[in-house]
Amino acid sequence: MDRSEIREEVLDILKDIAPDEDLSDLKDEQSFREQMELDSMDFLDIVMELRKRHRIQIPEDDYVNLASMNSTVEYLEPHMSDIERV
Amino acid sequence: MYDTIIIGAGMSGLAAGIRLAHYEQKVCILERHYTIGGLNSFYRLRGRDYDVGLHALTNVTPKGTRKGPLARLLRQLRMSWDDLEISPQVGSEIVFPGNRLRFDNNLDLLRSEVAREFPKRVDQFEQLISEIVDYDDLDDTHAAMSARERLTELLDEPLLIEMLFCPLMFYGSAREHDMDWGQFSIMFRSIFMEGLGRPQAGVRLILKHLVRKFRGLGGELKLRCGVKQMKVADDEVKTVVLENGEEITGRRILSSAGWCETMRLCDDGQPVVSRAPGRLSFCETIAAIDLEPKTLGHDRTITFYNDNEQFAWTPPDTPCDLRSGVICSPNNFEYGEPLEGPDGGGTVRITALANFDYWNGLDEEQYKLEKLRWYDAITDSAVRFIPDYRNRVVDTDMFTPTTIVRFTGHDNGAVYGAPDKQADGRTHLKNLFICGTDQGFVGIIGSIVSGIGMANMHCLRD
Repeated sequence: MDRSEIREEVLDILKDIAPDEDLSDLKDEQSFREQMELDSMDFLDIVMELRKRHRIQIPEDDYVNLASMNSTVEYLEPHMSDIERV
Repeated sequence: MYDTIIIGAGMSGLAAGIRLAHYEQKVCILERHYTIGGLNSFYRLRGRDYDVGLHALTNVTPKGTRKGPLARLLRQLRMSWDDLEISPQVGSEIVFPGNRLRFDNNLDLLRSEVAREFPKRVDQFEQLISEIVDYDDLDDTHAAMSARERLTELLDEPLLIEMLFCPLMFYGSAREHDMDWGQFSIMFRSIFMEGLGRPQAGVRLILKHLVRKFRGLGGELKLRCGVKQMKVADDEVKTVVLENGEEITGRRILSSAGWCETMRLCDDGQPVVSRAPGRLSFCETIAAIDLEPKTLGHDRTITFYNDNEQFAWTPPDTPCDLRSGVICSPNNFEYGEPLEGPDGGGTVRITALANFDYWNGLDEEQYKLEKLRWYDAITDSAVRFIPDYRNRVVDTDMFTPTTIVRFTGHDNGAVYGAPDKQADGRTHLKNLFICGTDQGFVGIIGSIVSGIGMANMHCLRD
């Protein structure tokens, strides 16, 4: 996956977690916590969804990288570059 | 071998099951009864649908709200706000002799009511609200302190304190005569600051959603499948023995059966932390009437009443406590279309404190007679506070503390479980955890949040 595909995938996970949320004007540089008021349970879910969908293991110390869309894509790129998007 | 075995198909067990099945665990929920729901269930009697447990959902915030327990649980269960089809309450009231406080899903109504009834206490009430807003439910430093002590410091009007306690205790205090400050704050927010609502189809809609979701994710639900015993060795549960003799194994067990009840299932003798079961139980009368309650002039969603200046929150010496109660009409919510029974009528339910030992000690014949007698006594007591509907009744039913035992397995029919909660859900065994009423949160939203929280904390991180 390239960066834009990884972004789409993360967006898909966010849609799954918060079906009532309008994500069309999500700002990539601003934190999810600020924009969507996600809490620690929700961040655990992003990690769990990545594990479920792509078998990516994210150690707890790395959760800080999932703060915003930009930082998440940045962090995931080396982990997901060899995954085909289906 | 299951990844997780869940005991009890109530709100907390089903919610936990959804979380675990969603993350591809092999999960089995064991329910001893023939139907799901536990304390919150539903039934059909002589052509009419009734709810048990649920009067209203608490914590009802509007669609689009991102904060609060309702928003959190919808995200965790991957449900949309619309799935629950919640209609808000019309408005409720707390009635004491000579005083009435109305409230709805906007705190400003309660504010103005307090200003009308207790004009000198407006500032003190604002101070209370700001303390509750600031209460952090993740920081338990002050959680266990006495709410009664804190309220006495904040408000110098005992009657107002009693009037605030009445609904909050009825809807969620396992502790007699008092509440933990943490529980008081959580309940105050959930009822007065967020609000009450109900799906038009009642609790069955919520339960059916949960079960459909759980099964759709591959979860297994076994009804009429009680647990007889858990065999313990090496500080963990090795085998779960079912009442039919079958033995199953799971890497973890999550039990919503209650603290004492779960401990009794373990075959290793006395629990490490023994504690007293709760004693607060209810009787509830249900009347189907031949017209909508509002036609009789009763338009309140919930009426909490107490006939003297002090509100007693302890098991009564009499079979039922006739001094106080909760009147609920499921018709009085803001539905798109009126809620109608088969003949266009409505429903009135009255809940009152009851003495478990009395009801448990009756033989079958006495039990039937006493139910009739106390149905009348409870209704006579309640119609002092709302328009008299007794000549419009077309069918009735009633539950007692022993009914609660039958459906929930809780000792003493204790609706809100043991007074001491196990907030982290841990037990003396490393793979056995508890969720539901005795973990800490009560009510429908509370139970669901408990199941989610315990599943996340103990069953998903490996």
